Amino acid sequence: MAGDHQHPNYMAIFYWLAILTVGEIGVVFLPHYLPISKLTVGVFLCAFAIVKAAMVAMYFMHLKFETRTLGLIAVTPLAIATLLVFVILPDAFFVNHKTANLKPAAEGAAKH
Amino acid sequence: MSAATSHAAATSHGAVEPAESPLTPESWGKLGMWIFLAGDAVGFGTLLAAYGGMRATSGDWPNPFEVLGINLTAAMTFLLICSSVTMVKALEWLGKGDRTRARMFLFFTALGGAIFVSCQAYEWSHLIHRGLHINGNPWGAALFGTSFFIVTGFHGLHVTAGVIYLLANIAVVSRRPDPAASYNMVEITGLYWHFVDLVWIMVFTFMYLL
Repeated sequence: MAGDHQHPNYMAIFYWLAILTVGEIGVVFLPHYLPISKLTVGVFLCAFAIVKAAMVAMYFMHLKFETRTLGLIAVTPLAIATLLVFVILPDAFFVNHKTANLKPAAEGAAKH
Repeated sequence: MSAATSHAAATSHGAVEPAESPLTPESWGKLGMWIFLAGDAVGFGTLLAAYGGMRATSGDWPNPFEVLGINLTAAMTFLLICSSVTMVKALEWLGKGDRTRARMFLFFTALGGAIFVSCQAYEWSHLIHRGLHINGNPWGAALFGTSFFIVTGFHGLHVTAGVIYLLANIAVVSRRPDPAASYNMVEITGLYWHFVDLVWIMVFTFMYLL
């Protein structure tokens, strides 16, 4: 349980979080100076965010020192959110595809 | 253990807990907070997933990095990280039995939250003045404004609630002469506050930087 463990070095965690935040902002500006695709920037940003969130959960929220079952409770929303993305995307793309098909038809009707 | 001793032990944290929680032996309240946060995380996860879905399928989604700007929000992110550190420091001092320093760090945490909400109010008014509304904006998809105000507003509401929660904690810590009696309560409050920080890390990345 969390109360029994030795406290982690909070200042070290803070410095890492600050460095990662600066890194995130730096990554956003990278395409101005280097030939890097938007997708690569996105992957880097997601990785930075996940590492930062994990550090907050593990050390500030003491999840590292809690039972495995509590960890599972904490991770469940992440799994649900990921699942939700896969549920939403096909539907959203279908709607977009339908709208795209309707556009030329509407333009054609307007000409007549 | 006699009934009187057992009762005294159970009430040492200011609450009577009839049986030990299997996942968080410190208190049932801590388990309750974890379950609440898991539910809340599903709420935020749903909002961000819906934001991603809308953005991925929109042809004229504005570039948030250019429209919203990140100077102020980067400072707000740093502020929230700092407030997380003051929160753990408050708990650390309470564990050492120093009520005065614990209260001081709790106050700094609440102050950080209050400044964060003030900055958000300034950001909102600035963006509204530039034409970003919940039902439209001059840069592209109308849902851009809708999602922005709903997600940042939902988070801002959490920060506001957190500030009130922290102020209530300061009042309770001041009233209880034994610092150990408040440790569990402050630890549970800390879980909520760090969660608010964690969510902002995600919001900042997905809604401002990406």
